[in-house]
Parts: sequence; C-alpha cells; structure tokens
Amino acid sequence: MATVRLSFSPAPVHVRTARLVGVAVARRAGVAEELLDEVRLAIGEACTRAVALHNQYGLPDLVTVEMSDSDSYTVRVIDHAPIEASIGLTKLPPDELAAESLTDEDLTTGVGFALLAGFVDDLKVSPVADGTGTEVRMVWPVQRR
Amino acid sequence: MELSLATRTIDEHTVLEVGGEVDVYTAPRLRERLVELVDSGARNVIVDLGGVEFLDSTGLGVLVGAMKRLRVANGKFGLVCSKEALLKIFRITALDQVFPIYPTIEAATQDGDGSGPTP
Repeated sequence: MATVRLSFSPAPVHVRTARLVGVAVARRAGVAEELLDEVRLAIGEACTRAVALHNQYGLPDLVTVEMSDSDSYTVRVIDHAPIEASIGLTKLPPDELAAESLTDEDLTTGVGFALLAGFVDDLKVSPVADGTGTEVRMVWPVQRR
Repeated sequence: MELSLATRTIDEHTVLEVGGEVDVYTAPRLRERLVELVDSGARNVIVDLGGVEFLDSTGLGVLVGAMKRLRVANGKFGLVCSKEALLKIFRITALDQVFPIYPTIEAATQDGDGSGPTP
C-alpha cells in the first residue's frame, strides 16, 4: 500500500493543487480513466468545503488530504472545524435552489454536497478520531494491474 | 488552466464566453464580471461554458446568483453547454431544472422568450 499525504493552508488557491495531486495518485493507483473526472471533482468539493469551514471559523490550521491505495483508492479530507458545522449537509430540491431566501453560502454547500453524494458511491462523513474536526472519506475501485 | 472571460454581443444578447477552470479560487472573478454586466445594463445574458474544463459548486453558485440578479432586474439568463461531463453536474445537482441550458449559442440567441431549449 502506498500513501501520499498533502497538507495545505486553508486558502482557495491550494484546492487546485489538491485536485491535481489527487488525480495523479488516483491514476497511478489504477483508478479507471473514466472515473478520474469524478475523482477530481469530488476531491475539489471536499477540499473546498474544508477551506470554507476553516475560513468561517478563522482557523489557520492546515487542511489534510490523505490518499492511499490498496484494494481500492481511498481519499480522506480532514478539517478542524467544530463538528456541528457539518450537521445539516443536505441535497437541496430544485425549487429551493433558485429561491431568493437561500444565501450563496448555503446554496454552494448544498450543491457541493449533492456533487459529493452524486459522484462518490462510497462516501462517509464522520468526526475525526482525535480532537475537533470532520473527515470526508471517499473510496473508488482500482483496476488490477 | 486559468480562467478566461470574454464578452461579445449578439443582437440584444450579451454573451460571456468562459474558459478554463471555474472553482473556489477563480469563481469570484466570474461573479465580478457577471455583476459588472448586469450593473452596466445587460438584461439578456448568456454564459457560454464551451471552454470550461472544470466547474465546481462555487462556480454553480455564481451562476445561480447571476440568474437571481437578472430575475430581479426583469432580465433573462441562459447557459450554453454541450459537454456531457458538465451536463452531468447540472443533472446531479438538479440545476438542469433551474437554468435554461442550450446546446449552442445559436439556440440560445434564437429563444426569444427565454423559456429554454425544446426537449
């Protein structure tokens, strides 16, 4: 099993780096070529969410992305925001998406979660084992080489 | 690839051609340009996503924001997109039921009432 770990300051500019690394490791792990766009989008969404939470709570802590391959390709995106911030993640129905009352932040959060749930079959959002924060764990199958 | 933005006018339509990656880092520039267009009087805005290589929830949020802004101003907003990867994103988020999405610029500019493409 190989593991690649990337930690970055919670700034939007670094999310692209995380996407690029995540896709490069996925390709090397043997994730099917046709799934790579979904891997790119899902890692980006999970990191965007983490960066937004750190900024919302004024946390300078690093966001961590850990990628590992064994029988599958597993990506864990770890933030350090209060756990209650993760409660309420939900997919929004179409009639609410364009509602004037919905804030841009809530819209982006809802849409981001819809993308994660839609593109990742094996998705788990849970509290981190130690300390404060949330782990978004995503798993994709790999092809035998 | 960095975000690219170019504006042109076709009849009464203002077409914003977007290229590159629209994400949490670049989306504020897209928002800024769309706000400028509406504030400067554009009321028929078409965003051409033909050159977009990546689009995330932040970019989608900006597009919804522009649509709302135009709705308040009695304007029209539409998207041009024919890439399956992007269309899938609109379907998964149900935003395909919110935006008029056209396959070509011609289809978008010929839809006089902004009701969306013919299924």
